[in-house]
Amino acid sequence: MFPLNDNGMISGLLCGILFGYVLENAGFGSPVKLSAQFRLRDWAVFKVMFTAIVVAAVGLWLLRLTGLLKPDSIAVPQAALVAAAVGGALVGAGFAVGGYCPGTSVAGLFSGRIDALVFVVGVITGTAGFAVFYGATLKSLKSAGLIAEGDTFADAYEISDPVMIAILVVALVGVFFVGSWLERRKGGPVTAQEAVEGACPTT
Amino acid sequence: MNTPNHKRPVKPFWPPLVAGIVLGLVLLLTFVLSGHGLGASGAANDLVAGVGLQLAPEATKANGYLGPQVADGSPLGSWMTWEIVGVAIGALFAAFMAGRFRVQLDGERSVGARSRLIKSLAGGFFAGFGARIAGGCTSGIGLSGSAALGVSAFVFLALFFVTGMIVSRLVKGV
Repeated sequence: MFPLNDNGMISGLLCGILFGYVLENAGFGSPVKLSAQFRLRDWAVFKVMFTAIVVAAVGLWLLRLTGLLKPDSIAVPQAALVAAAVGGALVGAGFAVGGYCPGTSVAGLFSGRIDALVFVVGVITGTAGFAVFYGATLKSLKSAGLIAEGDTFADAYEISDPVMIAILVVALVGVFFVGSWLERRKGGPVTAQEAVEGACPTT
Repeated sequence: MNTPNHKRPVKPFWPPLVAGIVLGLVLLLTFVLSGHGLGASGAANDLVAGVGLQLAPEATKANGYLGPQVADGSPLGSWMTWEIVGVAIGALFAAFMAGRFRVQLDGERSVGARSRLIKSLAGGFFAGFGARIAGGCTSGIGLSGSAALGVSAFVFLALFFVTGMIVSRLVKGV
């Protein structure tokens, strides 16, 4: 019966190696490609993320349906909606300014980018800064907007998993159609060659 | 393997659909193995807590945020710290094999070296600070939380995208 709840070194290394391998191959080590999502020129970030979300969500649902995965056994982020909104806004702002998010900056650094190393230093400094300034204000912000009923759509709003998955599939198809259309209008997605050459004044 | 890297032809990135399906399977494997999803900012958190415990044990134990995390010892060596070491190995291998490894200050030509370094540092700071408020970043909340059909994950992604679009119009990051 799953999950195995294996939180050892090998489990971490294995999942990480696969994650890093996919991130770099998707082009997510390049800040040019990543930030082109916000300029709507390159939709790889949303295409890859939405596809992965649907694949994993369907997989988890099937594993539960067949009894292979224990119900309520996997971690779901707590439904503190104000905290998620403020945190999401700051990570988005940091992404736009710095060109990475915490995970992709590691992919950027290990594909040779010095700016990614500086971003990593920034992430560590921001984390330490949060700990230094942690007091009553940040403590209450972390749990602000908490939904008492539960963390998932099924628990909080009684929207069942298959319905949510169906909504996500529709969103996924939308992301691919709208994204590809905008990519064609705005000069096409950032290629590997462009990404390796680095940002130039015209990008 | 002795071929100079710049002579290795640059291979194209995977098509987004392929990368997305593989990433989804990796995420599913992670859930099945560990009981939780992938992450990144959690490793920065564990690093700060672990190094803090080494350098300033009393201050770290007394800190309202880090204190409870180091009560059972150093979080260095946690699943998340090993996972991020893995991300580094996986990305390095992928970049090298595809001829995409190049040491550079990306963004130097577009915004200038000084500006790029300041923006990288500032962007990292915002992202690191914000991730602690949300309890995770794009990987832990946005990707993994959405796959687990968590409500906060979709709120995170919506605000992440809207704010990123607005800020990228005000500041040229790269």
